Amino acid sequence: MVENTLAHPELTAVEVHGMTRASFMLRGALAAGAVYGTTAVGPFVAQALAQTGGGDAEILNFALTLEYLESAFYTMKGKEVGLSGQAKTYAKEFGMEEEQHVAALMGAIKELGAQPAKLPTFVFPVTNEKGFLALASVLENTGVGAYNGAAPSLKSKQLLGVAGSIVQVEGRHAAAIDLLVKRSPTPNGGFDLPLTKQQVLAKAGPLIKS
Amino acid sequence: MSQDTEKQESVVQPAGIVERLVRDDVDRKRFLKAVGGLGAASFGTFVLAACGSSKSSTTASTAAVATSTQGASGSTTTDIAILNYALTLEYLESQFYQKVIAAKLFTGKVGALLTDFGGQEDEHVLALHGAVAKMGGTPAAKPVGKFPIENAEQVAQLAYTVENLGAAAYLGQAGNIQSPEVLATALSIHSVEARHASTLGTLVKKPVTPNGAFAIPDDMSTVLAAVKPYIA
Repeated sequence: MVENTLAHPELTAVEVHGMTRASFMLRGALAAGAVYGTTAVGPFVAQALAQTGGGDAEILNFALTLEYLESAFYTMKGKEVGLSGQAKTYAKEFGMEEEQHVAALMGAIKELGAQPAKLPTFVFPVTNEKGFLALASVLENTGVGAYNGAAPSLKSKQLLGVAGSIVQVEGRHAAAIDLLVKRSPTPNGGFDLPLTKQQVLAKAGPLIKS
Repeated sequence: MSQDTEKQESVVQPAGIVERLVRDDVDRKRFLKAVGGLGAASFGTFVLAACGSSKSSTTASTAAVATSTQGASGSTTTDIAILNYALTLEYLESQFYQKVIAAKLFTGKVGALLTDFGGQEDEHVLALHGAVAKMGGTPAAKPVGKFPIENAEQVAQLAYTVENLGAAAYLGQAGNIQSPEVLATALSIHSVEARHASTLGTLVKKPVTPNGAFAIPDDMSTVLAAVKPYIA
């Protein structure tokens, strides 16, 4: 069944990081990841390696979906809610930056010969600036964890560089928003732990309508 | 210190290599020129070569290093070198914050933030030190940092510079790291440095994203040159 959806079915048996390629390619699957066992650098790192990756295109499409979400949130929802002062400034600036992330990821996915994910319809249940900023904090912090979780699965070093370049900016956004809402700019302390796909979708999923 | 230098030349140790390279302009320029724009494999070779005596041939020093690293794979050696590079930078950041806090230039919320950040750099030191040791390497020696601490504005500006540099340094090495575990750790630290930089940006009224939508990596030679003034 899965084999039929693959361009190279003979690759289904190929082991990739301890999981078969077929497992990786299961669309929408929230497969439990293989854990890499004892790490040299701390038990929490195992989380990052529990990612399923359907190849670089699938990872980038996951990131693209999050960037679509952030971009729509800052530009469209921001206008709708009516922001002022620093919140308004950040929404405009960060919105432009997320748009550039969208463009870069779309380009990278096409370069891989894959189809970029379609722009979903979103629903953001916030009605005022306070709610907007609270959700901005959630989205940016989730974005950091998402990239940190997914990036080590990228095969291409060039795409890893792109992901790294983007996640640094998400970290900067997160800290700025957190400070604005009088939260700690480092809510995860010294280490921004990688999030699993499940954890990311738990935050972002409810906002994606279609 | 001269004892350490002699020791480095007879028994190769990654410890102190970054510090030595930062201090010695001639060594750094020569070795970085030898590597050129090549990738991770030659980066590892470069570090190995740089560990040896400046008088011996590259082949001889590389052989000596190969023996002393006790059969560690090339990729482990490269990752150890990168971790030690990061460790050296974290030592410096940690010392900087310690000095800043001791100077009592900041109070209230800002003081608390900088205290937090210093504690986080300490955590980075511990993690990286442990990572190197666990991989069978010798953790880099603790450098002696020297940072001008004059007034709150100057210090905050310096912190902004240092944190931006740290973030760029991690980003610059991401593509060179071989082990997924080491990469995951580096990324988890990298974004925290980004948060620090952003925070300092709000304090000194400089951009939280100074390079816009895409952060720019710095390579090792750039970072080493930039931190040189801060090593005693």
